[in-house]
Amino acid sequence: MAEVRFGQAINRALADAMEGDPDVVLFGEDVAAAGGPFGVTRGLLDRFGPERVRDTPISEAAIVGAAVGAAMSGLKPVVEIMFMDFATLAMDALVNQAAKARFMFGGQFSLPMVVRMPHGGGISAGPQHSQCLEAWLAHVPGLKVVCPATIPDAYALTRAAIADPDPVVVVENKSLYSVKGELPDAPPAVAIGKAATVRHGRDATIVTYGAMAPMAVEAAAALAREGIETEIIDLRSLQPWDEAAVLASLARTHRLVIVHEAVEAFGPGAEIAARMADAGFDELDGPIVRVGAPFMPPPFAKNLEERYRPDAERIIAAVRRVMA
Amino acid sequence: MAAADKASPLGLLRVMHLIREAELRLAQLFADGEIPGFIHLSVGQEGVAAGVGAALGPGDTLASNHRGHGHALAKGLDLDRFFLEIMGKAEGICGGRGGSMHVADAAVGMLGANGIVAAGLPIAVGSALAHQVRRTGAISSVFFGDGALAEGVMHESLNLAAIWKLPVLFVCESNGWSEFSPTAHQIAADPCALAASHGIAARSVDGNDAVAVCEAAQQYVSEIRGGGGPRFLECRTTRVRGHFEGDPQKYREGEGAARDDASDPIVRLERRLAADGVPGTEIAAAARAAAERVTAAVARARAGNLPDFAASLRDVYSPAAG
Repeated sequence: MAEVRFGQAINRALADAMEGDPDVVLFGEDVAAAGGPFGVTRGLLDRFGPERVRDTPISEAAIVGAAVGAAMSGLKPVVEIMFMDFATLAMDALVNQAAKARFMFGGQFSLPMVVRMPHGGGISAGPQHSQCLEAWLAHVPGLKVVCPATIPDAYALTRAAIADPDPVVVVENKSLYSVKGELPDAPPAVAIGKAATVRHGRDATIVTYGAMAPMAVEAAAALAREGIETEIIDLRSLQPWDEAAVLASLARTHRLVIVHEAVEAFGPGAEIAARMADAGFDELDGPIVRVGAPFMPPPFAKNLEERYRPDAERIIAAVRRVMA
Repeated sequence: MAAADKASPLGLLRVMHLIREAELRLAQLFADGEIPGFIHLSVGQEGVAAGVGAALGPGDTLASNHRGHGHALAKGLDLDRFFLEIMGKAEGICGGRGGSMHVADAAVGMLGANGIVAAGLPIAVGSALAHQVRRTGAISSVFFGDGALAEGVMHESLNLAAIWKLPVLFVCESNGWSEFSPTAHQIAADPCALAASHGIAARSVDGNDAVAVCEAAQQYVSEIRGGGGPRFLECRTTRVRGHFEGDPQKYREGEGAARDDASDPIVRLERRLAADGVPGTEIAAAARAAAERVTAAVARARAGNLPDFAASLRDVYSPAAG
């Protein structure tokens, strides 16, 4: 057991995967010599050498496109898109190439590749360095999308993504990188698509992921002081997502709040709400309420961004609404 | 075919005839409604596919584009499964999921035709990275048209390949057209100058001379295999047909009927072989053999089964482990 930061847990996962498999290679902008903009890949160049840990030019389309070709030819590339906003520049490689290669080539190829992308975080990074665009990717058949909320999950989901035979996008919330916590020497494995119930409660279910999971825990503590017990499901994976776990929780609480940092409209919560309004219709005792960012680009000024980003207060208000 | 035979003038002729015959048959099948969707033919450009294909080894990888039938067949993609695929059958090389624009064959290192212009370039760069890191001794290659020179990822890919000295052969098929527009109106620079500006050695050859293409490709493949880094080969060629089958080509009306036999890579090579004293029966046999193979492949494709929807749905992701 060691105390590490969230980013260091990812670093250890990358190192352990590289240690165990010479086909795992790392490339992206400033990931080698500089150790990544958030220090996540620090030390890996020294440890694994310049052949397997490479700085690329500022070429997102070629980074992800090359990951596709590398994965088709025997490597297990892990590439980094410095900010999720820059995935816009790599969308062809993600959507038309990586996602479809297995299917459109009749299963001849599987693409064991990982694309890491930091999103959100509320660090005043402005409209082009703060977006949570995971719904775009979860909408594309052929991609998997995970988003860890805890230090053990940051390790385990990164390992699971690298071990997976298909393209996996690992979404990392920037606000979590510096969070400190315990990482077991042998962190338990997490299967992609399996949620975690991080708090049990009888009154309402809060479904969330990433940095909003600790926010939901904070809200739940405040609600508990007034006698409202919420159950919190940390999805961990968005594609595939653990519909069974959410449905089972809904069957216990009969009330549902969905929380994410992404813009509420057409966000991941829309899919979860729609599925629960269908498969969970008989369980619902109230409206399904979503908490997400308003329909505007992430603003820069601190006070604006604080208002923009969902917080415990808004989660509490949403739970009160479904309890009403 | 052995490598030496493949690169011999007769070997090149056989491959060109196979491609021509296959594509003209595809055109007929398409016109008759036996092939849905749309297809892009490389009639007139066979010298490039055959010449480069003969210079590549079986372990080398190849990424292609929307006009990729010739590239696939030159790399050795099975003819029966090629027709089965394009006719939308379950036994097709991609199970009927991809069709003309997505023929691929992992067994021969054919990483796929591609519906997105220039998308094959970074894929070939990544494949070259795999060859470099895994020390396979193989190289990768990519075919793209002169229209692809306008895509941003083309430049990213050339630069990345140059920076990392990757074993990749870039093959630009300059047929003068960017879909419906003359490339001269679309690209300001000379293709080889573009490559050179990215630090990549480049040369231009007559793409309608299969022997010249093959010699140039062999030279570059040998330099790349020797650790020389990427090379860029421009092959100037002729797109005889439209951008896609059924393209009315109104934009080409001014061109007249000037496309003569002199630019046809098959006619040219046949004349050369005859001049070199190769018996006419041997030359004619190449065309006949291709026609017979294609006829048999089309018959098998017609007899193929329709793909199963549930099986397709299962193939979006790899089967769960365990």
